[in-house]
Amino acid sequence: MIYEGKQKIWSDYQKEIPDDHWYYVRSCIRQNFFPASERMFTEITKNVLKKDIYETPYHTTCGGIAYHCDTIPQETVMTIVARQFALMTEAGYENYVPSCITSFGNYSETLETWREFPELEARIRENLWKSCRREFNKPKYLAHSSDLIYHWRNEIAQKGKFRLVDKETGEPLRIVEHIGCHYAKMFPHKGVGGAEYPYVLAGMVESWGGQVVDYPERRHCCGYGFRQYHVKANRGYSVSNTYKKFESMEPFHPDAIITNCPGCPYFLDRWQYVISEQTGKTYGRNGFGIPVFTYEEIAGLVLGYDPWDLGLQLHQVAVEPFLDKIGIEYDPKAKYLGLNKEDILRPGLPTSMKCF
Amino acid sequence: MGLYEELIKDYRVKEGLHTCINCGTCTAICPAAEFYKYDPRKIMNIVQGKDDAQIEELLRSETIWYCGECFSCVTRCPRKNGPGLVIMALRDLSIRLGFFTSSEKGRQVLPLTHAMTGNILKYGYCIHPKTFRWEDHQESGPVWKWHTEHLEKSLERQGANYMGEGPGVLRRIPQESLDELKAIFDVTGGTERIRLVEKFSEQKAKEMGMTMEEYERRTFEDCSEEHFNE
Repeated sequence: MIYEGKQKIWSDYQKEIPDDHWYYVRSCIRQNFFPASERMFTEITKNVLKKDIYETPYHTTCGGIAYHCDTIPQETVMTIVARQFALMTEAGYENYVPSCITSFGNYSETLETWREFPELEARIRENLWKSCRREFNKPKYLAHSSDLIYHWRNEIAQKGKFRLVDKETGEPLRIVEHIGCHYAKMFPHKGVGGAEYPYVLAGMVESWGGQVVDYPERRHCCGYGFRQYHVKANRGYSVSNTYKKFESMEPFHPDAIITNCPGCPYFLDRWQYVISEQTGKTYGRNGFGIPVFTYEEIAGLVLGYDPWDLGLQLHQVAVEPFLDKIGIEYDPKAKYLGLNKEDILRPGLPTSMKCF
Repeated sequence: MGLYEELIKDYRVKEGLHTCINCGTCTAICPAAEFYKYDPRKIMNIVQGKDDAQIEELLRSETIWYCGECFSCVTRCPRKNGPGLVIMALRDLSIRLGFFTSSEKGRQVLPLTHAMTGNILKYGYCIHPKTFRWEDHQESGPVWKWHTEHLEKSLERQGANYMGEGPGVLRRIPQESLDELKAIFDVTGGTERIRLVEKFSEQKAKEMGMTMEEYERRTFEDCSEEHFNE
């Protein structure tokens, strides 16, 4: 593609992201699999960047995973979304930030469908009133939580103690970015950089000193597939997609992967373990896997938080070689300790993939 | 009313099918088409062909259950169609008419419905630690086995507010919020959907000579060879 054409596409997919006052809703999957990442999001945004991020305990799932597992009707999921918007309205906010890409896609689909079919929005408003006696305003701005970290990426870099740089050579670390499918594949104009040139994670990597790795299957799905994972019989679909991505990125020797979707870091991490158990193959150096991080985990490392406070002990792929390369200090003996250094035993080890 | 007429009432078909030119771009980009014997191009063609007999065959088939709803097809379609959206509408109609029990992959709607709607109505989450059993997810590795064996202490270390009051990670969602979710299900057809899935599944289990427990376990675990590409 000629350079000017690329610039034109890029300029079409800029996104306005207000600098403050966001109503925050959580992710079902991330709370289960990467609980410290959401805690780190509020820690960084509220305590480091001093932003107003509001959360109410009364919010619930958006229903997105159930919807994409085809277990609830469209009107049900849209009315759950409407209730979430009502809670935002009642709290006095108009900027809405979900922590989940499935949710972000769900909110985007709902708003776009209502825009095209106002009679459906009217029916959902009736549904919400009948069921909950609530009313709502639509958000003025909708952003994913990775959009906000992208928006504040340079501020994070300025406050950072580390950069994504090899401490021995001074060379930038090679980072694969994996964008969750529902971030921009359905509605490209909703994402920073659109679906063709998503920049939300690449921007963070570049600001924090790393180098983004391009590879053939960069935009391929991680393989979640909703029913293709949640039903045991279908999981071959899920692992096959992850396998395809790793075979494609392997020749480019990435040091790590950064993700913005709830499921992707889980699948890219855990299926590496399964592939190693099934075939003996590992994709990192010296028998290790390639560590997979959430954007909050990488931001937390850059800012100098203790890796075990970031929850990196819940990864199956060892993160220590990546930490060593940057020069981040950690206490290996503290990795699996509970709060106040309580001994809660430690996990077993994989058969093939090296782990600590 | 015919099946095609019923199908095009769905907003996802209104949004996702605008005269498909059958170029096959969706199939070329589709992760499911590489893995399963699956061709979204053909599905789009059948639907726009408006032939109710062929549409019924589709609604009873394995093929509509192969899609992973990643929507890579939406990005690439030169006609701005959404084959993934049309698939969602086909699945919805298949469930409403009870046709989903005709296929192995379709019958999986029962365990999915119990898992997802059970978690939403009981806990307010689609996924919850109390039902995400390591035994059913051994791919989550030894680290997750350890995590689930020390769940409360591990989550405490992660800074979660597990089943606690107030905001935070994995907080207990207040009963009044759960009551509102139940009311939403009742008003919008979510509760009726669960009843329908259970009714049609019970009929199928009886036809197959299985108890409901055996039927649900086998729909969750069984996988025939017929689904896969060579």
